[in-house]
This record gives sequence, structure tokens and C-alpha cells, in this order.
Amino acid sequence: MTTDTIKHEVHSDHHPADGQNLWGGGKEPFKASYGKLMMWYFLISDAFTFSGFLISYGALRFSMPTWPLPDHVFESIPFYTGKAPLIFVTFMTFVLIISSVTMVRAVQEGHRENRKGVVFWMILTILGGLTFLGCQAWEWTTLIKKENVTLTRNPFSRHMENGVYLAADGSVAMKDGNEETIKAGDSYLIHKHDEAWDLRKYRVTEGQDAGVVKQLSFGPKAFGALFFFITGFHGFHVFSGVVFLAIIAINAASGVYTARKNGYEMIEKIGLYWHFVDLVWVFVFLVFYLL
Amino acid sequence: MSAHLSYEESKKLVFKGLILLGVITLIEVFIALIGNGHIISGFRLPKYIMYPMMIGFSMYKAYFIVYEFMHMRYEVKSLAMAVLLPMTLLIWAMIAFFSEGNKWFDYKNYVRTKNKVEVKTSIQPQGAVKPSTTYEIQDVH
Repeated sequence: MTTDTIKHEVHSDHHPADGQNLWGGGKEPFKASYGKLMMWYFLISDAFTFSGFLISYGALRFSMPTWPLPDHVFESIPFYTGKAPLIFVTFMTFVLIISSVTMVRAVQEGHRENRKGVVFWMILTILGGLTFLGCQAWEWTTLIKKENVTLTRNPFSRHMENGVYLAADGSVAMKDGNEETIKAGDSYLIHKHDEAWDLRKYRVTEGQDAGVVKQLSFGPKAFGALFFFITGFHGFHVFSGVVFLAIIAINAASGVYTARKNGYEMIEKIGLYWHFVDLVWVFVFLVFYLL
Repeated sequence: MSAHLSYEESKKLVFKGLILLGVITLIEVFIALIGNGHIISGFRLPKYIMYPMMIGFSMYKAYFIVYEFMHMRYEVKSLAMAVLLPMTLLIWAMIAFFSEGNKWFDYKNYVRTKNKVEVKTSIQPQGAVKPSTTYEIQDVH
């Protein structure tokens, strides 16, 4: 890398005004190797794919009268039965950020042609990726097994009107000595008891439907499909990233890139990909867990 | 990168980046939690304060990852522009599809209110249980 840069600098010193000749061939107008440039182009196309997914999420969400609240949907953490909204996904985000940082360190060691350093930091990156995948597996399992979300069914939703829950005999349901009231905007999750959905009845107390008895309805179906497709697509990127990282770490350990004498450029390329995965997570985190 | 910063400097920058991204993430989550009333009970932030802050912080994270971690800052300008300028197309995609989503909402809502009017004119016992797949909207705007 160092020698490359020097070569370029000398090059441009000799032709200070060859701007119009830059694209005539024989030069690197972007001063980046073919491989790195193509990685950038691949990432552009991938960015558009993810943007398409995330924008359709937005369009569908805007078209729904209500949408599950993220800090109600994602409030489970392992080894604890209480509520911990967003804590687990924050941990997942940290895992990905840390693995991104270890990746940068691997690239830096590559510039110094430090084979051991490259392999060490790459192994840490791979461990970060695997931890993230494990977390995602746990998150999915919780949603599917415990909360019964599928691609076409979403038991999470929010109330759209004020009311009170009714007990089985039609009277107002009581909880801890108080009436179980409902406020518009409150989140609920429809539970499943003995293979039957517990669709509780409630009576609306305000608005034009005041007095009407209704039943809890499922949330927007699109939520499940969007969640599993988008986080799944991202998780698949993490998975393939881990596979490539492993291959490249093995190559690096065997000395392939030392022999190439190009400053471990392959590490830079997989590094670009890995940072992109982190970049996408920034936006997935934003739209699915924060907004 | 090595041409611009010494090894020690770039090492420092990396750990600065780690702290920065971590702290921003914590701030974002804190905004989400306090805004939705999880930290101080009864206290909520309006969405028009929460959302722009979260989006702003996320955009900064994205900028930092691309410019520092992916070394975009150290590439020639034409490469940076070749990658970043196409992304501006997404601005239009967002405007178009989000307003489309709003339109779907309006149309569905129109159909729903019309359907409701008909239900009320026919003989419908009070307290009827509607099918579970129906969405009911009372207050649209």
C-alpha cells in the first residue's frame, strides 16, 4: 500500500495537468484497485436492495392505522422474565460495532504486513459475527415460539380507542382491585392458551363507538413478513460475511497475502463488506427498533 | 490511510470511533426509552422531537462508518461521488413511496368509513362481535 501510494504521487507529479487524459486508459482515475472498486459497486447495488426493503417497510407502515410499538415487541432478554425494552437489540448493536472496530484493526495490521495481527483481529471479527448471529437466532426464536409471530400473523398491536376489558361473564374485568382500562396507543399482545387465541373482549368507552363491545384484533400482518425478511436478509449478509472472513483469515494465516505484496488488500475488501453490514444494521436498528 | 496518518494515530482513531458509535447508540436508545415513557413514568416525548433526533444520530453513525471505517475520506473525490451521488436517488424513492403509503391509508380509511355507514343503517344488534381481521378506526386525523 505504501509503495502504491508513493507511485501514484510521483505519477501525478509528472503529469500535473492530465485531468482530461485521466480516463484515456493506462491510469487509475479512482486510484483504487479493480477489486476494491468492484466491491464498492457491489455495495452500491446492495444498498439499493436494502433501501428498497426499508422504504417498502415505511410505505406499508404508513398505510396502516396502527403499528406495533418496538419497545413493546422487543422487550425480552435471555435469563430474565421481566421487561427490558430494547436492551437486547442494543447489545446486538454493540456486538456489531465492536466487530467492525476489530475489522478496522485487521485492515491496519494488513497495511503493516503483520500476518499474526491480521489473523488475530480477523478471528475476533468472526467471533463478533457469530455472536450477532446467535443473538438474532434467540430473538427470532422468542418471536416465533413464545410470541407466535409468523410471516403472515402478527399478534402484536396497539389499541386505537379507550375502553375497558370485559371478563367472561360480561362484567368489567378487574386486576389488583382496579378496572382493567385501555388507553388508545397502549400496546397489547394476543396470547395463545392451549392452542386457542385469547381474543379478549373489551367495551369502548369513548368516541363514536362508545358502548360497543369489541374483540382484540391481530396487528398488521405485514409486520411479521417485513421483520423476518429484512432482518433475515441482513442476518444472511452477516452469515456470508462470516464465511468469507473465515476463508480469508485462513488464507492470511497461510501467507497467501504476504506473497501478493499488496498490503493485504483482500482484507480491505472484506473489510468494506463487513462495515457495510454494520452500516445496514444502523438503518435496520433505526426503523425496526427505534422509530 | 497509512499515507495520511501514522499507525499510532490511526489506532487511536479506531478506538475513538468505537466510543463514539457506542455512545451515540446509547443516546438513541435512551431517547427511545424516555420518549416512550419507560424511564420516567408519565413522561413522554412527542414524535416530532424523538424521530428527527434518532434519524439525525443514525445518519451521523452512517457518515462515520463510511468516511472513517470504510476510508471514504481518503479516497479520491470522484470515487466518493460515484458511490455517494447515486444514493441521492433514494430521497425521491422515500418521498414517492411514503406519500403512496399515506394514500393507501386514506383510501382504505375511506372504504372503511363507507362500510361502517352501511352497517349502521342495517339492523345490527348492539354488542356484535366483528371478525377479528377487521381494523376499526374511529379517529383518523
